[in-house]
Amino acid sequence: MSASTPYIGRSVKRLEDRRFLTGTGRYIDDIKLPDMAVMAIYRSPHAHARINAIDLTAAKAVPGVIDAFCAADIDMDLPEIPLRLAPFDGFERFLQRPIADDKVRYVGEPVAVVIASDRYIAEDALDLIEVDFAPLPAVTQVDQAAAGDTLVHEDAGENMATRYTVGRGDADDAFRRAAYTRRERFTTNRHGAVPMETRGLIAEFNPDTPLLRLHGATKVNFFNRRHLAAAFDLPEAAVELIETDVGGGFGARGELYPEDYLVPIASRRIGRPVKWIEDRRENLTATNHSRDIVCDLEIATTDEGRILGMRATVQGDMGAYIRTNGGVVASKAAQFLPGPYRVPAFSCDVQFLVTNKTPVGTFRGPGRFEANFCRERMLDMVAADLNIDPAELRLRNLMEPADLPYRIGELVPGDVNATFDRGNYPSALNQLLDEVGYADWKDRQGTIIDGRAYGLGIACFIESSAAGPPETARITVAADGAIEIRTGASSVGQGTETGMAQICADYLSVDIDRIGVLHGSTTLVPTGGGTFHSRNTVMAGNAVRMAAETLQARSIELAALRWNTDASGLEYRDGAVHQNDAAASVLSLVELAAFAQSRGTDEALAADAAFDNEGKLSYSYGAHAALVAIDVATGVVEVEKYVLTEEIGRALNPAMVQGQAIGGLVQGLGGTFLDHMVYDEDGQLLTGSFADYLLPTSTDLPDITAIALEESPSEFNPMGFKGAGEGGIVAVAAAVGNAVTHALNAHNIQINDLPITPDRLRAALRAVGA
Amino acid sequence: MKPPKFDYFAPDSIESALALLTEHGEDARYLGGGQSLVPMMNLRVAAPSALIDLNGIAALRGIRIDEEDRLHIGAMTRTRQIELDATIARANPLLHEAAPHIAHIQIRNRGTIGGSLAHADPAAELPGVVLVCDAEIKLFGPDGARSVATGDFFKNIFSTALQDGDMITEIVFPAWPSTRRWAFQEISRREGDFAMIGIAAWFDLDDAGRISAAGLAAIGAGDTPLRLSSGETVLIGQAPGEKIFAEAARASLSDLQPGSDIHASAEYRREVGGVLVERTLKAAWERSS
Repeated sequence: MSASTPYIGRSVKRLEDRRFLTGTGRYIDDIKLPDMAVMAIYRSPHAHARINAIDLTAAKAVPGVIDAFCAADIDMDLPEIPLRLAPFDGFERFLQRPIADDKVRYVGEPVAVVIASDRYIAEDALDLIEVDFAPLPAVTQVDQAAAGDTLVHEDAGENMATRYTVGRGDADDAFRRAAYTRRERFTTNRHGAVPMETRGLIAEFNPDTPLLRLHGATKVNFFNRRHLAAAFDLPEAAVELIETDVGGGFGARGELYPEDYLVPIASRRIGRPVKWIEDRRENLTATNHSRDIVCDLEIATTDEGRILGMRATVQGDMGAYIRTNGGVVASKAAQFLPGPYRVPAFSCDVQFLVTNKTPVGTFRGPGRFEANFCRERMLDMVAADLNIDPAELRLRNLMEPADLPYRIGELVPGDVNATFDRGNYPSALNQLLDEVGYADWKDRQGTIIDGRAYGLGIACFIESSAAGPPETARITVAADGAIEIRTGASSVGQGTETGMAQICADYLSVDIDRIGVLHGSTTLVPTGGGTFHSRNTVMAGNAVRMAAETLQARSIELAALRWNTDASGLEYRDGAVHQNDAAASVLSLVELAAFAQSRGTDEALAADAAFDNEGKLSYSYGAHAALVAIDVATGVVEVEKYVLTEEIGRALNPAMVQGQAIGGLVQGLGGTFLDHMVYDEDGQLLTGSFADYLLPTSTDLPDITAIALEESPSEFNPMGFKGAGEGGIVAVAAAVGNAVTHALNAHNIQINDLPITPDRLRAALRAVGA
Repeated sequence: MKPPKFDYFAPDSIESALALLTEHGEDARYLGGGQSLVPMMNLRVAAPSALIDLNGIAALRGIRIDEEDRLHIGAMTRTRQIELDATIARANPLLHEAAPHIAHIQIRNRGTIGGSLAHADPAAELPGVVLVCDAEIKLFGPDGARSVATGDFFKNIFSTALQDGDMITEIVFPAWPSTRRWAFQEISRREGDFAMIGIAAWFDLDDAGRISAAGLAAIGAGDTPLRLSSGETVLIGQAPGEKIFAEAARASLSDLQPGSDIHASAEYRREVGGVLVERTLKAAWERSS
C-alpha cells in the first residue's frame, strides 16, 4: 500500500457521470455506421410447436426489405450456444441453436429474420411472414416436466437436463437424532434482470478480410470472441468485440444469445453492417429469465434450535434450453442453502428441468436470493415453533470467527475447495439489530395501528464474490502526462472506470484527472476475464494495483538509465522518481514517459499485470431487516424502513458501494413484490409489457439504511476488497417474507411463495377468516 | 414495437375533423392524447389507416362554469390540467381528488379526459368519476351534436355509445352542492398502475342531517365502471355513520361484477371493493365533520 490513499476509500465522483448525465454516453443504438441496415426477428408465438413450413415470399417483397432468412437458408452448420458456467453432464443435450429449425420450444424463440432499411419496414415484413405451425402441448411447470409426458427435446428422452445429489455429513442420521424437524415447500418467482437498456448489437462481417466486428458487447468478451470465432470458422484475431456504454447488465446482458449469431449472419448475407436493437416486448421473452425454483426444505434441530441438519430438493425450471449460465441458478441455490450457519449435515437433490419457457440465466445474486428466502423463512418458523427469538436463533447457529475459514464441502459438483474465508458473521447481525432497534421490537411484532399490522423481519446471508479467470490491466503514461488504464473488465454502468482510476491514482500518487480508463473491447486489451460475480473491484482492481506497482518499478529503471545511476538509490513517490543526491533530483512521470519514448517505440512507460485469485474467493456477508406495515383489509404491504449490513472488506468508493446496496435492495423489493413472469398453461407469457411486468419505481422506495462494514478485509488481496454488488439484493425476499409473517402473527400466515401480492395475502387471510 | 404506416391529419375544427374521418373510412381514428392508442399501435394491436389529430382543435379544450353552475370540460383537456385547475378543485373536488391517481405525471400531461372516456378501460379513473357524478357526455357525429348520459355511455370493455364518426366534445358535470362530501380511493399494484379496484363516493345531507342523495361507483370491478345502486339505496335517508357505511358496503357487493386477471382475483376485487366503499364513505364523512 502506498503511504497515502486520497482516492481509495473516498466517495470520488464518478468519472462516467458527466457523459451519462449530459446525454453524451454512447449506447449501442447511438452508433450509426455508413450503409447500415437493421434487422428484426420473427419470434415464435407458440410455446411448443412443430414447424411445418416457413414462407418468406411476401416479406421479401416489401419495398425496403433487403433480405429475409430462416434456418434452412443459412449455409453453415448452426452452432450450439456454449455453456460458460456450471456445465453439468447432461446439459449438452439441451443446448440452443441460434434459430429454430423444425420445432419451437418457447414463446419468443427466433424463427426467421428480416433485414431492411429501417425498423418500421422490417416489422411490416415480419407481419407478412407465414409459418405453418403444428402446436404441441406445452410443459410449463417443473412437476409436469418431471413427469415427462411431453418431451421438450425428444432426442434427450427426458426433460431432466441433469440431476445430482450433494451434501456433507450424514443428513439422514441428523434427522433421526433430531428433537425437532420441519418440512416446507418454497417457490421463488420467475423474473429477470430487465435492464433499462435492452440488448442490441451491430455486426460488420467481411468474410474476405476476414473480419467480424460486433459492437454492443459486454461482460465476457473474450469468452464470447472465442466461441464466435469457432462458430464462424474465423481466427480469433479476426473477431472484434466492441463495448459501448451499457444501461444495466445484472447478469443477463453480455452472455451469448441467439442474436449474437444471427446479427453476424445477417451482415454476412448482405455485405453491410446490420443493427439489431431488442425492443421491450422482445426483451421480456428473449433475454434470460431467472429465479424460477421450487425448493422442498427440511430442517432438523435440537430442542434449543441448534441446527443438526438440512435436507432439500431444489428443482430449477431451466426454460426450453440450457444457455451459457448452465446450472448456476439451482446449483448455487443448493450450495447456499445452509448459508452462514453451522449446518453439520446437509443433503440436497438438485434437479434441472426443461420446460417450454424462456431459457434462464443468472440475475444478480443467482441462487442466493432463492436460497436465503427458503432458509431464512424456515428459520423463523423454527423460532416460532420452539419459542425462541428469531435473532437469538440465528446467533445460536451462525458460524463464529473461530469456525472460519470453513471448507463447505463439494456442494456444487466439482467445486471441492469452496471455503468461507475469515469473518465475523454475528458482528454483522448484531450491528443490524442495534441499528434497527431490534430489542424494542420483540413486543411490537403484529401490533395493529389504524388497521395496519406492523412487523420486523430479519435475515442473514453469505455471498461469494470474485470468481473466475484472471483479470488484466495495462497502464501507460503518455508523454503529455495522460495516464491510460486498459483492463479486460467490462463496465455495465456500475462505475468501473472510476474505481480503476482511484486505485491507479493512489498507487501512482497522481491526480485522478490525468487518468482515463478503457475497458473490455477485444481491440483494446489482449485478454480479459470479464465482469460478473461482483468481481471487477477485486479482480480488475488488483490487476490495476499490480500494474501500477510494476509501473513504479519501471519508472525507477528508466530514471536510473536517465541519470546513469544505480536504481537502489532511487525512490518513487508523489508521482515521480526521486534521487537522494545533493540536488534532490526529480524525474516526473511525464519526463520519464518522454524519455522512454525517445529511446524508441518499444520503450513506452507502461506496465502490464494480471491478477489471479487462484480460486480463493472472498465472501461478503451480512444481514437485512425489513419493517413492514400491512393494511390487513386490503393486503397492501408497505415497506416503511429497510436496514442492511454488508461486510465488504474494504469500500473502494463508499458512494458507489452505497449505490450498489440500495440498487440491489430495490431490485430485490421488485422480485419480492412485483417482478413476475407469468405464463398460462399454454406457455403464453402473460406479462409481455411493462403494463403487466411490474418493476419497482422511484415512488416505491422505503427509508433505506445500507451500512457497509469494513471489519474483515479479504485475506486474498492486499487492498482487502470483497465484492459488493449483490449483498443488497440477496436477502430481501427473506427479510420481507419474515416481516410480513411477523406482522400477521395473529393469523399464522406463512409466506412460502413469491411474489407477495395483495391478492395472495388476502387469499391467505380470507382462508383463516381474517 | 413500431406501428404500421398510417396517414396523419391535423384539422383545426370539429367539422373538418369529422370530414376527414368520413373521408378516410372506417379504419381512420381520432387521436386524443395518444396514451392508449399509440402504444396499441406500436404493439400492432391497433392499426388505423389514418389518425385525425384533435390536439389542434381549440373548441375541444377548456374548462368553464355555466350559469347553472355546471362544470364543462372540453374533451381534449389534459388530465394534468384537471388535476391542477383551481376551478375544478372547487366545482368538482371529487374529480380533482381522483386525477392524481391516473398513471404518472408524464402521462397526465398528455392524456385527455375525452380520450379516457372514449377508450373506456373499466379500470380507468375518469370514467368512474364521470359516472358517479351523473355527468353528460356531449358528442358530435355525422348527424350533428347530441348528448349521452354517462349511465348509457359505457357499454362493455373498451366499448361505448360512440358510433362511427362520433367524437366526444365536452363533458358536463352537474352543479356540485357546496356541502357535498366526497372521496376517491383505489388499490393498485404500484402507484400509477391501473386500479385493481377503486371506489368514488359522494353524498349530500338534508337539513335533518340525513343522507338525501348519494353516489357510489366502482372501477376495476366489471366490464365497465359500475354504479353501486344497492349501496346508494342503503344510504338514502340515513344519518351517516360507520354502521350505515358498513351496511352500504355489504349491499354494494351485489353490484360488483369483477373478473380475475394476473394482478387480482375476482374474490379480491369484490372483497376489497367492499372495504373501499366503507373507507371512502368514512373519508367523505370525516372530511367535513
